Amino acid sequence: MSNLIAHWNYFLVIALMMIGFYAVIARGNMVKKMVGLTIFQTSVFMLYISMGKVANGTAPILTGDATTLYANPLPHVLILTAIVVGVATTAVGYALIIRVYESYGTIEDDELIKIIEAEENAEASNA
Amino acid sequence: MMQHLPILQVLLPLLGAPLAALLRGRDMAWGLALLLTGAAFLISIILFSQQQMTGETLVYDLGGWPAPIGIVYVIDAASALVLPVISGIAFVATIAARRLVEAEIDARDHALFYAAWLLTIAGMLGQVTTGDAFNIFVFLEISSLSAYALVAMGAGRDRRALPAAFNYLILGTVGATFYVIGLGLLYMLTGTLNLMDLSERLADVQSTRAAFTALAFIALGLFLKMALFPLHFWLVPAYAHAPSAVSALMAATATKVSVYVLIRLVFGVFGIDFPGLADAVGLLVLTLGIAGAFVGTLAAILETDLKKLFAQSSIAQLGYMAIGIGAMSATGLAAAFIHLFNHALMKAALFLAIGAIAAQVGRASMGTIQGAGRQIPLTMTAILVGGLALIGVPLTAGFISKLYLVRALLEQDFWLLAALTFISSALHWPMFGKSLKRLG
Repeated sequence: MSNLIAHWNYFLVIALMMIGFYAVIARGNMVKKMVGLTIFQTSVFMLYISMGKVANGTAPILTGDATTLYANPLPHVLILTAIVVGVATTAVGYALIIRVYESYGTIEDDELIKIIEAEENAEASNA
Repeated sequence: MMQHLPILQVLLPLLGAPLAALLRGRDMAWGLALLLTGAAFLISIILFSQQQMTGETLVYDLGGWPAPIGIVYVIDAASALVLPVISGIAFVATIAARRLVEAEIDARDHALFYAAWLLTIAGMLGQVTTGDAFNIFVFLEISSLSAYALVAMGAGRDRRALPAAFNYLILGTVGATFYVIGLGLLYMLTGTLNLMDLSERLADVQSTRAAFTALAFIALGLFLKMALFPLHFWLVPAYAHAPSAVSALMAATATKVSVYVLIRLVFGVFGIDFPGLADAVGLLVLTLGIAGAFVGTLAAILETDLKKLFAQSSIAQLGYMAIGIGAMSATGLAAAFIHLFNHALMKAALFLAIGAIAAQVGRASMGTIQGAGRQIPLTMTAILVGGLALIGVPLTAGFISKLYLVRALLEQDFWLLAALTFISSALHWPMFGKSLKRLG
């Protein structure tokens, strides 16, 4: 129990991670899949941010006092990069969803699979 | 100038990409892409010969910050070998891309196509060169994001490219995120991201459960990226519906880079003595590899579309590389590297030939290549040679890699696995023979 309280941030991250991952796998709607993917990525950002925390540490800013205890800034910088990557992924993902909708008229996985299978069967009988 | 070569071959295509996006006019962007990939190829050859002559590892400190504080680029025996493969195939594919892209992609998208093209090449070269674990992730995402866009550009001719690109994006991002989770755990344990530093500091904490979890996350993420069975479902539609030039570039290089990164992290960072690596992970990779070799080959036998057929066979060939890794021995590793090299060349040749067929007779399926051997003998000869190498017929490159693979398995007395490898190779005959019969 004390373990659970001491590491509450990791349990939060794992819960968020699984919610996002579940949505990616279980949802057939492409937008919901993207939402799940974003939650999944965000949980990893939180994992990194919380590991940089130092007990009683301040923000990592030079104060001139060498004894100041400060948080580890490296994970924060890494996650800044990862956020940029995440935004780019989200942008490409939603752009693809828009194109899929324009082309097929649906963004539901099961309907898409039906249309694609019908097309492939037609193609195979032509060949 | 000479000491900046390790960074230059990544930087040239990376900086060329926004420039290519701005260029207008016929063939301007293509010319720039050709120039830059050619330069990257030349640089990687120089680096390869330098490394071979001196036998030393070249280390380049980015911005003059030495490891472990700064990011370093490392040219060692392994990366010096993989770099020319990637940049060479990128160069050849760029030469071929001019006609293929003109035929398949809307003229106003050409500049953007070559921008994404250069970015994906820069990302792959970066992944191979860098000695920093987080930098690998950044380059992985640079190459993947532009690859999703490139695959989606096949939509002009074949709208199935769009859902294929979307599924590739979802699974690719999940794979990359798994890699980052594993990396986070490693950073918590060791406080470093430099690969060499990581392997040294990991030795002290290698029996902790967190270290093994990190290995599991990183390996799983890279299995997804290298399309190891059963995480390969994104690969076939993505390669089959992408523009021909993109299929050739990606089939030859993208998954190989992930195989390389996996080898580098598993053997270079975790090390062969890491608890649970040789038995648990090795056995898993071995089993999935052999299963992939069978599933890929059997699925390929059922395909009528040539692009899908060779994409399915990629699953099988990646399975062979996994078997080499899973053998967890020096010979197995050599086999994996030789097959990585050979398969990159074979698949580049095959997919470029398929692109040439598509340009001449339309879609490359079993129906359309009927009797094409008389119309386009040169292209069909290329497919014949490539296919024979894929099977591993003696006198082809594929034979050498299969030979090493079987030797590595026999070394450890995996008789059954060696026999299964042989059988799955033999199964390539009906897969390929079917297309051969149509040629005459």
